[in-house]
Amino acid sequence: MSQPTIKSVLLDPIFNNNPIGLQILGICSALAVTTNLKTAVVMSIALTLVTGFSSLFISMIRAQIPSSIRMIVQMVIIASLVIVVDQVLKAYAYSLSKQLSVFVGLIITNCIVMGRAEAFAMSNKPVLSFFDGIGNGLGYSAMLIVIGVIRELFGAGKLMGYTIIPVVNDGGWYQPNGMLLLPPSAFFLIGLIIWALRSWKTEQVEAPDFRITENVKEKEAY
Amino acid sequence: MEHYISLLVKAIFVENMALAFFLGMCTFIAISKKVETAIGLGIAVVVVQTITVPANNLIYTYLLKDGALAWAGLPEVDLSFLGLLSYIGVIAAIVQILEMLLDKFVPSLYNALGVFLPLITVNCAIMAGSLFMVERDYNLPESVVYGIGSGISWALAIALLAAIREKLKYSDVPDGLQGLGITFITIGLMSLGFMSFSGVQL
Repeated sequence: MSQPTIKSVLLDPIFNNNPIGLQILGICSALAVTTNLKTAVVMSIALTLVTGFSSLFISMIRAQIPSSIRMIVQMVIIASLVIVVDQVLKAYAYSLSKQLSVFVGLIITNCIVMGRAEAFAMSNKPVLSFFDGIGNGLGYSAMLIVIGVIRELFGAGKLMGYTIIPVVNDGGWYQPNGMLLLPPSAFFLIGLIIWALRSWKTEQVEAPDFRITENVKEKEAY
Repeated sequence: MEHYISLLVKAIFVENMALAFFLGMCTFIAISKKVETAIGLGIAVVVVQTITVPANNLIYTYLLKDGALAWAGLPEVDLSFLGLLSYIGVIAAIVQILEMLLDKFVPSLYNALGVFLPLITVNCAIMAGSLFMVERDYNLPESVVYGIGSGISWALAIALLAAIREKLKYSDVPDGLQGLGITFITIGLMSLGFMSFSGVQL
């Protein structure tokens, strides 16, 4: 494997190795906070910062952590960072923090943060780990923001709370797709985005367990 | 009694952890390829959830809540900002203790659940159970019921998904959708099904 550089660790996770699209990490919160763009953006910023700084701190003390209790040490660092984020949100954006409800707290158990700490920060230098954390946070944010835009724009005709497409109820022409505001739509959207991403980058396609064999009967008939 | 039964039904069906709140998705998708392992993990989640939610409830009421330290002569201390840290600590500790106890006293169960127990520490569903309990102000008996219910809801969802995925691998899925993509769409359809419960008034 080639030596990771700051640029590669920062940009790779966005398309090539998207934490949600390919690594199946951190999906829990990705779905619940995307009904409107504002919460999606706040959540993205919070997660990116937490991932970046937890990677930085864990990488700084990686030589001192005994491997038998490393999970607990990582947990404590991540939890402390999340508490800071939670308190800041409560102080400056109380209504938003009510909307995000438990999902800010759930950043602690978000697999992206733990996963990067375990897989990258434990074996790399602090600065590089920091950017790796930020990069993965950005990959997550990209996915979240795309889903947030689609769900809010087509589900309610708004973006960040401002009307973009006037909906029928307010005298406009657009009949909003109510299903996009409901939980299942998030699953469909992620499924479709993964489909699109993998059709573009075909090396990400998973091999099927069973191949359906070609139908040979027709040829034999001639 | 009626109150508790309706809380249980609500926790299992209406507010299904996996399908209505998208919690524990990482493990939900990663460990749902075989029904057997899915059920094993499901049972482990039920057990851990039933213990951790009431335990965190006790910690919250007697240590962290605003004015909870009155019994220690500190009525104006509010430690609720330490909540997140203590819940995750409690969860990690309980999982660890459970692992040791099972290993010592019920080795057969340990062998069945063993591999899944460490995974549970980072399962968002467990953490969310405790956070929801705090947010909704459940008391002790309510939190026991909620713990059991939310655990069962997650176990039910993962067992169902595993059953679907076992059959799904024989079907001819477009290349890009193979694996993860089709799993998401399946979960979406399941979630749509479970939404019909949301009309139930309890």
